[in-house]
Amino acid sequence: MTNYNDYPDQLGHFGPYGGSFVAETLMEPLAELRAAYTKYKDDADFKAEFVADLKDYVGRPSPLYFAKRLTENYQGAQIYLKREDLNHTGAHKINNTIGQALLAKRMGKTRIIAETGAGQHGVATATIAARLGMPCVVYMGAEDIKRQAANVYRMKLLGAEVVSVRSGSRTLKDAVNEALRDWVTNVDDTFYILGSVTGPHPYPQMVRDFQTVIGQEAKQQMQTVNGKLPDALVACMGGGSNAMGLFYPFLDDASVKMYGVEAAGEGIETGKHAAALTAGQRGVLHGNRSYILMDDDGQIIEAHSISAGLDYPAVGPEHAWLKDSGRVEYVAVTDQQALASFRELCLMEGIIPALESSHALAYATGLASEMEKEQTVVVNLSGRGDKDIHTIASIDGINL
Amino acid sequence: MTRLAKTFESLKSQNKKALIPYITAGDPLADGTVAIMHSLVKAGASILELGVPFSDPAAEGPVIQAAHERALANGVTLKKVLADVATFRQQDQDTPIVLMGYLNPIEHMGYAAFAKAAAQAGVDGCIIVDLPYEESRDLCDELRTNAIDLIFLIAPTSSDERIKHMCEAASGFLYYVSFKGVTGAGRLDVSAAKQRVEHLRELSGLPIAVGFGIRDPASAAAVAQFADAVVVGSALIAKLAELSNPTTEQCNQTAMAFITSLSAVI
Repeated sequence: MTNYNDYPDQLGHFGPYGGSFVAETLMEPLAELRAAYTKYKDDADFKAEFVADLKDYVGRPSPLYFAKRLTENYQGAQIYLKREDLNHTGAHKINNTIGQALLAKRMGKTRIIAETGAGQHGVATATIAARLGMPCVVYMGAEDIKRQAANVYRMKLLGAEVVSVRSGSRTLKDAVNEALRDWVTNVDDTFYILGSVTGPHPYPQMVRDFQTVIGQEAKQQMQTVNGKLPDALVACMGGGSNAMGLFYPFLDDASVKMYGVEAAGEGIETGKHAAALTAGQRGVLHGNRSYILMDDDGQIIEAHSISAGLDYPAVGPEHAWLKDSGRVEYVAVTDQQALASFRELCLMEGIIPALESSHALAYATGLASEMEKEQTVVVNLSGRGDKDIHTIASIDGINL
Repeated sequence: MTRLAKTFESLKSQNKKALIPYITAGDPLADGTVAIMHSLVKAGASILELGVPFSDPAAEGPVIQAAHERALANGVTLKKVLADVATFRQQDQDTPIVLMGYLNPIEHMGYAAFAKAAAQAGVDGCIIVDLPYEESRDLCDELRTNAIDLIFLIAPTSSDERIKHMCEAASGFLYYVSFKGVTGAGRLDVSAAKQRVEHLRELSGLPIAVGFGIRDPASAAAVAQFADAVVVGSALIAKLAELSNPTTEQCNQTAMAFITSLSAVI
């Protein structure tokens, strides 16, 4: 049986995936980061500070909420929502930025940079930079800046400089490129807080570890309310950090089925989607080998999703490996399906979910309806939908 | 002996340094690359560095990023770049050609297929910006089988331990990146680069090229004092990018004029 704790290897490989594929200038800084992370991840003071921040600043543990009306509506398995939307800053992203910022402080770094797509990771990074009193630069695609004006303004209120990225497709992937360019230029004093389980080693492992608090809590909470493990876990997939955080503590529990839900956009068959695991190919982008959307020449294709946070043409390398190993099933849900689930949760449970998380809800409700009533499904409600109301309003023909 | 080895040996015997201009294939014109390559040789280039355009050139500054975008808009693919090299080789059997690009298009073609096609086209070396030596063994083996050198970039941050490993895997020449940053940033510190190059010579007998930040005859001449080869990229691309709706002839003249000004002083 595969021991999931043995991965990644020393060079950051998850089977054939992962690794470090960056410019030579960044290899030593990555080695320093690896050394610091290895040192502090088991350090008692570091862990205590991380746990205390998650409790007092983020508001953890996040509740595990039984969605009664939603469950009744689908007449199948009991649907539980892991309420990451209730975290400070409104999403799971803060778990990781706190962990990396504590590391940055210990490494003596004095400047923070980050990339962001929807702006959630940018807001979470700006938040923690403000708290530590460090200057913060967030790179964001010019297209995303247009789509997520409220988050741009939040970052500015928090003191961050938001740099509009106008190269390439002007979205998240180009923001990552620009953050890498900044880092290669300012390696001495700068810490790059990467937002997902992507990038070069050790980021996929480190971000996963900081996010596993989601799965650890969920496991304990299910034990408390139901006395047993859940039967299925469902999470949406952009880079895959909220999914990795939920799944990881359950990987060795063979009875627990796991589903990573990608964005099928306008439909896989239209080519306008962001489903790298469903429809991508093996390749190398942003420092690691994984599944990526690309054309016949190996050029990266722009991703499409109504949800800016899922609008990324690749996926974290550990997910690529979990797909190949068969441990996690990866599926895809369209914009329309996600929108229907968004509205459904608003009306049935009084919760406005992020469009990202609405993808997980869309798959989970269908899944639950095919399961037995005594079974349970945990959905990672990774973020709240306040940031998306302009998108929804414009679909409804309303100008807020 | 490979073209690269021959070129460095011949220059050494004449007490000369190599000038290595960089252009992105398919920029600014889809079909103008081969003509520019011949013009560069006429102007005194000893080795040509040909950029393979990529959608996500994370190590490039704005000038070369824009060149990649123009080339991709012109429909340039890795296959087309190799076809250009093959066309160039019909008239020039001697000037070494080094491809510079990112791993994904090569990985997508397949290492073995790429190495074979590149050798058939007449490629002499590859610089792959996002392929550190730790991950390079499989491609290195395929390239070596086809007598193509894998050329490693060495950075100001590279430790001696890393450099030793890279020198073991490297062939052709070493490429020293003169500063921490992206291509074309104006941060060249000549004395720091000199110190590092002298240190590299203690670790490797391979010829050493220096690139990033060389933009004019003065900086080229300064670097040629201590390096075996001088690479100039962004400054040349910027000259070509200044031409509005250029003809092949204008591109050739512009490239020739600039490279002649550099080859005259090194």
